Amino acid sequence: MARAVPNSVKARNTAIAWIIAILIFFPILWTILTSFKTEGAAIADPPVFLFFDWTMENYTTVQERSDYFGHFMNSVIISVGSTVLGLAIAIPAAWAMAFVPGRQTKNVLMWMLSTKMLPPVGVLVPIYLIFRDWGLLDTRVGLVIVLTLINLPIIVWMLYTYFREIPSDILEAARMDGATLQSEVIHVLLPMAVPGIASTLLLNIILAWNEAFWTLNLVAANAAPLTAFIASYSSPEGLFYAKLSAASTMAIAPILIMGWFSQKQLVRGLTFGAVK
Amino acid sequence: MTTTRALLGSAAGLGLAAGLATAATAAELTVATVNNGDMIRMQELSSRWEEETGNTINWVVLEENTLRQRVTQDIATGGGQFDVLTIGNYEVPIWAEQDWLAPLDNLPDDYNVDDILPSIREALSVDGTLYALPFYGESAMVMYRSDLAEEAGVEIPDSPTWSEIRTAAEAMTDTESGTYGICLRGKPGWGENMAFLTAMANSYGARWFDTDWQAQFDSEEWQATLTDYLEMMNEYGPPGAAANGFNENLSLFQQGKCGIWIDATVAASFVTDPEDSQVADGVEFAQFPNREGVDNHGNWLWSWNLAIPASSEQVDVATDFITWATSQEYTQMVAEDEGWRAAPPGTRTSLYENSDYQEAAPFAEMTLQSMNAVDTQSPSVQETPYTGAQFVAIPEFQGIGTAVGQQFSAALAGQVDASQALDNAQRSTQREIDRAGYTSN
Repeated sequence: MARAVPNSVKARNTAIAWIIAILIFFPILWTILTSFKTEGAAIADPPVFLFFDWTMENYTTVQERSDYFGHFMNSVIISVGSTVLGLAIAIPAAWAMAFVPGRQTKNVLMWMLSTKMLPPVGVLVPIYLIFRDWGLLDTRVGLVIVLTLINLPIIVWMLYTYFREIPSDILEAARMDGATLQSEVIHVLLPMAVPGIASTLLLNIILAWNEAFWTLNLVAANAAPLTAFIASYSSPEGLFYAKLSAASTMAIAPILIMGWFSQKQLVRGLTFGAVK
Repeated sequence: MTTTRALLGSAAGLGLAAGLATAATAAELTVATVNNGDMIRMQELSSRWEEETGNTINWVVLEENTLRQRVTQDIATGGGQFDVLTIGNYEVPIWAEQDWLAPLDNLPDDYNVDDILPSIREALSVDGTLYALPFYGESAMVMYRSDLAEEAGVEIPDSPTWSEIRTAAEAMTDTESGTYGICLRGKPGWGENMAFLTAMANSYGARWFDTDWQAQFDSEEWQATLTDYLEMMNEYGPPGAAANGFNENLSLFQQGKCGIWIDATVAASFVTDPEDSQVADGVEFAQFPNREGVDNHGNWLWSWNLAIPASSEQVDVATDFITWATSQEYTQMVAEDEGWRAAPPGTRTSLYENSDYQEAAPFAEMTLQSMNAVDTQSPSVQETPYTGAQFVAIPEFQGIGTAVGQQFSAALAGQVDASQALDNAQRSTQREIDRAGYTSN
């Protein structure tokens, strides 16, 4: 039986949760508010919070000056493409590690994770040279490949952890009923793992959408996603904070909206097991 | 009728042929550039060049440091991603010596190379050959509020010394009303606080290295530079100055919170723009200060230039574009569209001889004077083994300069004292220069 929690404790915990949430969200809120200010109001000291002359001018300027839709489409293709490709590789890999583990499985998993410990800049030049020789610089295909490889360890780890919670007896029962490997994975494993796969998918799209190191270093004009769109409004000589904020708001809006509508799925997948 | 048809047919055929010829020769250039007012204007106006030539331009606009890293990586690996690069006068000689840039020795006759300011032209040339064309240039100068100076009863001469600047800063400071006597860069970085502090050190008679490439932070000149900088900033500067760069100080000055701001001359057009600046009417200018008895006004020279990587397969079209964008006709076009104030400054003598520009830009004369005072071949009054300006023109300077900048910024933030910062700068600089093979150690 669950322990009763006094109302005062509940209220305190709720207040703490709100404060933390506001602190985390405040920079995003400030960016959104700044995007509606004039450049003068954006640098005002003391800063103005809500009582300023709201303007859409920055959005108009950014739309006129840059091809937002082109960058947006590149972001969609790169993030969805790398996620789908990543899942296609990671689902069989995680299945094998979870249900048919070998003696080296743990080591392989650790090795995969260790690739995330290397600073990306350490492999930038070799990858740049490979991309140059293979004609992948400034292509969406190139970015899909590199983002797939970068996020693959996380996808495999998430799915592995999730698959481990599915009782192997269920899969064994399916096998005894004559299920082939293909139908065992497609008809038995995947339906049970949908929440886990969905949360992995969502998280990976968010990671790929926000990735800025590779997307800035491997593209020029053709495959530039929204991260490059934001970077083009940063200036060391001249005040463009309001326009930079407008560009940032336009870049994060799609992923923010997607995150808002899928938050239940995301939280459920990340916090609950497969059969709970 | 037959003749008319034949003529029409021929005309159509010729038109088609011309169209096909244009289509066949139309090129697509990829231009990497930074985001600032002049570059944005160039992007907008470049549609006219596209219409005239039938070529198209893909713009890659990035923040300065990101752009520098991105184009360095591409040019060093021969990636061939860009046809035109926007680079500074720091990179031009270094990259030219690596054969990374296409020499610009075949410019059209009407380009008028001799009109380019001598200091800029020299900075962009190696062995007499130009490797980049300047889009806009800047030196550094003093910008100050004449109303505050008058109220405080101080006068800043056209060519002030550091003692006079300090006296004026002290008199203008009124912390109760939030007015600080002086605003200077404090944010660490070779192009941030070290741009200013290297120029200040030049004007104090200091140098980074002696002729044997021995670091000179233990010299009296550097000690005086850093001590005076810290004292001025701690006593008359704004709080949190260790995080302030160009934009932060611009913002403070425009809001009337700084009495004196010493920074790039390009700032003059921002602080005198009534749309953005609350003090636009009362700004006066003076030359970069010097220490008494030292004939050196900082030697600050920066220009953003258009260069063509040697790996580009469209050198001719790229040359056509960069000559168009840096020509006198382009300046005229900007003036006609947006007024003379908006003309890209600091590259051509003819601009400063233009009476319309002189009238529209009250800072024109001091900008020209500051730029003409620069000698990139002798940045310090002492003999140096390097050329440069507010930087040392060696490839290692980005790393060395930033490491020293971090020490000096820490000193401004009160984390270390001046002597400790200078000791650390001396050690780290000598270590890196030894490692790079400049000395026999």
